[in-house]
Amino acid sequence: MSDRGKHAPLIVGIGNRFRMDDGVGPRVAEMLHETGLNAHVHAGDGAGLLDLFEDHDDIILVDATRSGAAPGSLVAFDAGLAPLRADMFHYSTHRFGLAEAVETARALGCLPEKLRVYGIEGKDFGAGVGLTARVEHTALALVADLAADLPGNK
Amino acid sequence: MTDRIIQVDALARVEGEGALYVQLRGGVVEKVEFRIFEPPRFFEAFLRGRDALETPDITSRICGICPIAYIMSACQSIEMALGIGVTPEIDALRRLIYCGEWIQSHTLHAVMLHAPDFLGLDDAIQIAQSHPDLVRTGLRLKKIGNSLMECIGGRAVHPVNTRVGGFYRAPDREAVRALVPELEWGAHAARDLALAFARFDFPDDDFDYTFVSLIHPEVYPILEGRIGSNRGLDIAVADFNDHFVEEHVARSTALHGRMRDGSAYLVGPLARYANNFDRLTPDCQATAREAGLGPVVRNPFKSILVRLIEVQYACEEAARLARAYTPPDPAFVEAPARAGVGHGCTEAPRGICYHSYRLDAEGRIEHAQIVPPTSQNQPQIEADLARVVANNLDLPDKDLKWLCEQTIRNYDPCISCSTHFLKLQVDRV
Repeated sequence: MSDRGKHAPLIVGIGNRFRMDDGVGPRVAEMLHETGLNAHVHAGDGAGLLDLFEDHDDIILVDATRSGAAPGSLVAFDAGLAPLRADMFHYSTHRFGLAEAVETARALGCLPEKLRVYGIEGKDFGAGVGLTARVEHTALALVADLAADLPGNK
Repeated sequence: MTDRIIQVDALARVEGEGALYVQLRGGVVEKVEFRIFEPPRFFEAFLRGRDALETPDITSRICGICPIAYIMSACQSIEMALGIGVTPEIDALRRLIYCGEWIQSHTLHAVMLHAPDFLGLDDAIQIAQSHPDLVRTGLRLKKIGNSLMECIGGRAVHPVNTRVGGFYRAPDREAVRALVPELEWGAHAARDLALAFARFDFPDDDFDYTFVSLIHPEVYPILEGRIGSNRGLDIAVADFNDHFVEEHVARSTALHGRMRDGSAYLVGPLARYANNFDRLTPDCQATAREAGLGPVVRNPFKSILVRLIEVQYACEEAARLARAYTPPDPAFVEAPARAGVGHGCTEAPRGICYHSYRLDAEGRIEHAQIVPPTSQNQPQIEADLARVVANNLDLPDKDLKWLCEQTIRNYDPCISCSTHFLKLQVDRV
């Protein structure tokens, strides 16, 4: 890891790259990882996310949303301020996903000090690899913004 | 006559995508369909032509919750086909990592997914709000299972250190023994959870199931033994297809498993427990007694208690194996290619997982058969639903729907695992 990665928040891209736009979180994480940031891909298993919350005090989560908004729409939440809507985030193998993990952590009093969540509205969640055009466009813009803003990259 | 339809379009708190349809006419249940619409997976077809040594890694991808079950059933089957046996040290390490899978899978289901049904809660978030200590205990227990899988398998989801013949690298003795204190805590925690959950108000139900599981004269079976039932079945794993069949039904992308005579059967914790109660440790048997359970449990809603007793067992057994751990040396047995046929069967958290492969002289797969537990349980799940609905016709639709979902969750069905391949014939003119 580069020096600047040590002081940057942990960035976690959630999703399945083999379900089209559900792969937007992993895509963002990979691109940020290439710039030397502390970014990882996570399948989105909620219990695994809870373990991450225990070990880090500054986390950025990036996931696909399925809220009915226009494809490529970006939403940003400060999870410390308001609850997440469980019906917003897409997870096809229903077990215990991002919103459940965040709200469970809140109920248990173990939310990280800083937890930011970015959601990018997907269009196609079918089987296949690749992002649809608007989702890809938003992903690139988010990567540029995060890479410019995060510590050590100025 | 009044028609009632109970429909759940997308089941929550189960692995994968499934739905339920129940049709009543008057007081009679006309149709019960547990539909699986998870896309087909095609594993058996695309394994053909692959090198047999790739089988555990490929089939592990069938499930992110129970990859060890697929890895181990595949290894057993390929090792039999290649005519190799593994050392007792490798066997013990396999049993140890498998305990990790039981602990994490059963705990997630019992505490986070199934317990809300009995507490009148919608999901794990509500249970964290109303019973935070319970959820903390559950998460710590689950983490023990994950730690075991990481320590031995390299990572918790789709482990990478397992292979035909054993392991790529034996974990260090110190790393394995360091897990013992947490496993000892886990055995007590699982017992406490079982006794706390025993106070739930369980729906009345009782059915004389055909319980099918591995059976073994000495140990509570995970990776060893013959296939047996409470009705006298006692067969070698290799004879699976002489006694069980899988059939396609239009409403499901998963095959339905039945006995050769067409009857349904049950695999999973209730079956293992009924067929092997005497092989549980005295402490686990004591927990069962204190939780009000006899040596056979026929109320499927109490499967949540049996799962927790199995978590206690897996923690005790893993602690015993970790204390006695000697790194296998070599870490794996070489497996030269040859033609052959092999069969493997191990106890996935949800029940027996049977694999069979036929290899050519270069060790490539010519034929593959994978029978996951949820396929086998599907006919029994539908039978349970029909019985539960018939016995509770007075309930309003909302409550009946809740009870139906709870009935399905009794099985912890792994829909993504059970989704199967349809045989396709192409006629070319």
